[in-house]
Amino acid sequence: MLGKLTWDAIPLHDPIPLFAAGLVVFMLVGVLALVTVKGWWPVLWRDWICSVDHKRVGVMYVLLALVMLVRGFVDALMMRTQLALAAGHAPGYLPPEHYDQIFSAHGTIMIFFVAMTFMVGLMNFVVPLQIGARDVAFPVLNSVSFWLTAAGVLLVNVSLVVGEFARTGWLAYPPLSELAYSPGVGVDYYLWALQISGVGTLLSGINLTTTILKMRTPGMGYSRMPIFTWTALASNLLIIAAFPILTATLGMLLLDRYLGFHFFTNELGGNPMMYVNLIWAWGHPEVYILILPAFGIFSEVIATFSGKPLFGYRSMAIATMAICVLSFMVWLHHFFTMGAGADVNGFFGVMTMIIAVPTGVKVFNWVFTLYGGTLRFETPLLWAIGFIVTFVVGGASGVMLAIPPADFVLHNSLFLVAHFHNVVIGGVVFGAFAGYTYWFPKAFGFRLHDGLGRAVFWCWFIGFWLAFLPLYALGLMGATRRMQHYGNVEWQPLMIVALVGALVILAGIVLTVVQLVVSVRGRERLRDASGDPWDGRTLEWATRSPPPAWNFTALPQVDGLDAFWEAKRRHGGMLTPAQGEGAGPLELPRPSALGFFLALFAFVGGFALVWHIWWLALVGLGGVVAAGLARAWQVEHEFEVDPSEIAAFEAQGARA
Amino acid sequence: MIAATSAVAEVEIPISERGPSPRKVIVAYGFWLFLLSDIIIFSALFAAYAVLSGRTADGPGGVKLFHRDNVLIETGCLLLSSFTCAMMALAVEVRRRGLMVIGAVLTLALGAAFLWLELTEFAGMIAHGAGPSRSAFLSAFFALVGMHGLHVSIGLCWLVSMVAQVFTLGWRPMVIDRLACFSLFWHALDIVWIGVFTIVYLGAR
Repeated sequence: MLGKLTWDAIPLHDPIPLFAAGLVVFMLVGVLALVTVKGWWPVLWRDWICSVDHKRVGVMYVLLALVMLVRGFVDALMMRTQLALAAGHAPGYLPPEHYDQIFSAHGTIMIFFVAMTFMVGLMNFVVPLQIGARDVAFPVLNSVSFWLTAAGVLLVNVSLVVGEFARTGWLAYPPLSELAYSPGVGVDYYLWALQISGVGTLLSGINLTTTILKMRTPGMGYSRMPIFTWTALASNLLIIAAFPILTATLGMLLLDRYLGFHFFTNELGGNPMMYVNLIWAWGHPEVYILILPAFGIFSEVIATFSGKPLFGYRSMAIATMAICVLSFMVWLHHFFTMGAGADVNGFFGVMTMIIAVPTGVKVFNWVFTLYGGTLRFETPLLWAIGFIVTFVVGGASGVMLAIPPADFVLHNSLFLVAHFHNVVIGGVVFGAFAGYTYWFPKAFGFRLHDGLGRAVFWCWFIGFWLAFLPLYALGLMGATRRMQHYGNVEWQPLMIVALVGALVILAGIVLTVVQLVVSVRGRERLRDASGDPWDGRTLEWATRSPPPAWNFTALPQVDGLDAFWEAKRRHGGMLTPAQGEGAGPLELPRPSALGFFLALFAFVGGFALVWHIWWLALVGLGGVVAAGLARAWQVEHEFEVDPSEIAAFEAQGARA
Repeated sequence: MIAATSAVAEVEIPISERGPSPRKVIVAYGFWLFLLSDIIIFSALFAAYAVLSGRTADGPGGVKLFHRDNVLIETGCLLLSSFTCAMMALAVEVRRRGLMVIGAVLTLALGAAFLWLELTEFAGMIAHGAGPSRSAFLSAFFALVGMHGLHVSIGLCWLVSMVAQVFTLGWRPMVIDRLACFSLFWHALDIVWIGVFTIVYLGAR
């Protein structure tokens, strides 16, 4: 009846997961109780859960990412504490099998459910506004994408309470992840969570690519697209090209585990290294899916706060597309030690160094934009400058790892861990926070508290260097990654410094929450009535904050780069409406519960498959099909915005 | 004269600057992107097949297992179903429901025949101890060909639902857009099958 699921799945005997699980459940119940007591359910259901407005979907993505950042960071803190303690004869406080789950969950959560989710959220919110569109191409599909991601998140978090998570690292290499060596449900949780959320990501990629290529406002040719839109385009093209490889690869592993196939097993001709090749054929483009939007954010931030156009716009767009293509030609550098031979390793080493060239072009463009600019050191610019400094070091250590002989020594060491955190934190996380601070006033109509924002930056910046510089040194001294204990007590002082760094980052995360609370409570004082708090350059700043559901009453006619900046210079910020715009009634997509129900049934199906509860899996599948069919027969997809609502909005002095 | 000048103005605005595309174009474009991503899933499976096709683990190989006559009939069914699907699209173009239903029924019948032949082939192989667990080669074979078969099955269900939609909802733009997407999907499956036929069956070792 319940497949493999028994009471043994609940870790009643294990204090740490039980405590963590209790805390999560307690917080969840608390939030639900608050919503019920305050009577927020109708608003929450209608305006958020069923919303297909790209702005609200974007906000929900970012919120989900922030929550998962806390979850993923707790894992990081536990690992750093364990390693600060477990030297010589001291065993630390985490047993190996638990430690293995923690580093696997940390990587999986941070990449898929923090970095990915954060970036997709920002792109969702910003891109339609920047290109002068009223929504994305497929608004209901957008909501489906979000909820599928949320279903994946839920599945990963359920594994905390019911059963276990994978002990295989964030990419679940076989043969370790095969049934023979990981007979538990951990790897299944990992696989189904990523399959479900992966479909969401793919659909989101299709959606945003179509939006950018087919829905730009009149006059916005390719050479007039804001650079963030360019990077979003590149990133979403990569999603379309790379995520199917992930789906196929994880699908093959699922066939191995569930139906006894032999793709990656040691027996009967299976080839584990094929998995490693396939997963990195997705995995390397994936890191550019994450970093390219961050590059876009920094480009916008640096141009805005330098008060001048981005230096080398064309070279920036070309560099972005060059990275987009080259990112598919470097995957083998993740496993030079496979033994592919000197020629193959040499090729991929050189390709890896070549991909640093367009990235270098970008760095120079940013520096030259800053040079001679009228700099305003607002918080987003701090993140951007902190990024340039940090990312260049991370890039340099990456080029070191691109040299195959050096990689043979550094492979699987803490040096590698330091390198990818250097680019992911210094690039993606700094970019996410820059974008969060930069566009927050656009989303909510008030700024985030400035002083606390600066404190968050300095905590992350200092904390990052304290936490990861020691790991570079430890890696060179021979410390390997994914170790739960080490014998060489000389490493301990550096491990303690790394823990201190993690604690400083913890302060940054706590301050992020404090900043949000303080800003919401002091929103009247932080209110921005202009819609353009930073003296922005692109179209999103031309609407009021928060923008109306329809974004632009009349789609603007664009005749150059930095359209809003030009409009401010020439016509006091008034955009020229495109021909035939502003006359007819406006139609918007109706809210839809499709996403929520699809994801609910996908979650039920995923959970059932993890525990081999076959009848429940059929219920999940049936639910997905039924929800889809119900949608197919729905006729009214749009509604006309009440003209008086538009008139009232316009009367309040909107600029667009 | 007036027409001539407006034509000149039309040429002067580059396509990329003409503003948002019509809904029909956006839907078809999005679906094309989806199909491309689907084809990438197939290419990953093709790559896996290419790597594992020689790994028979002392079990039977393709030459011994595949019956080319059977596969030829399968291929004929599928290619013909693409033709009837195109006929159906033409019937939709002129809004002739009767003709559309004939096209759909023929497509369904040919697709079902294809699936039947494929499933018989699978069942026969499994009965002879050549199931997907026998060797990495057979794993890759069943996954690749089975994935295509799964797509065909989903396509058949989709087509049934489209006929029902035409009858209950009529020729609404949304129904017509979906029929256009179905056609794209069905033809794409043909293209994938050409790859399967060539690489798996003709290239059998």
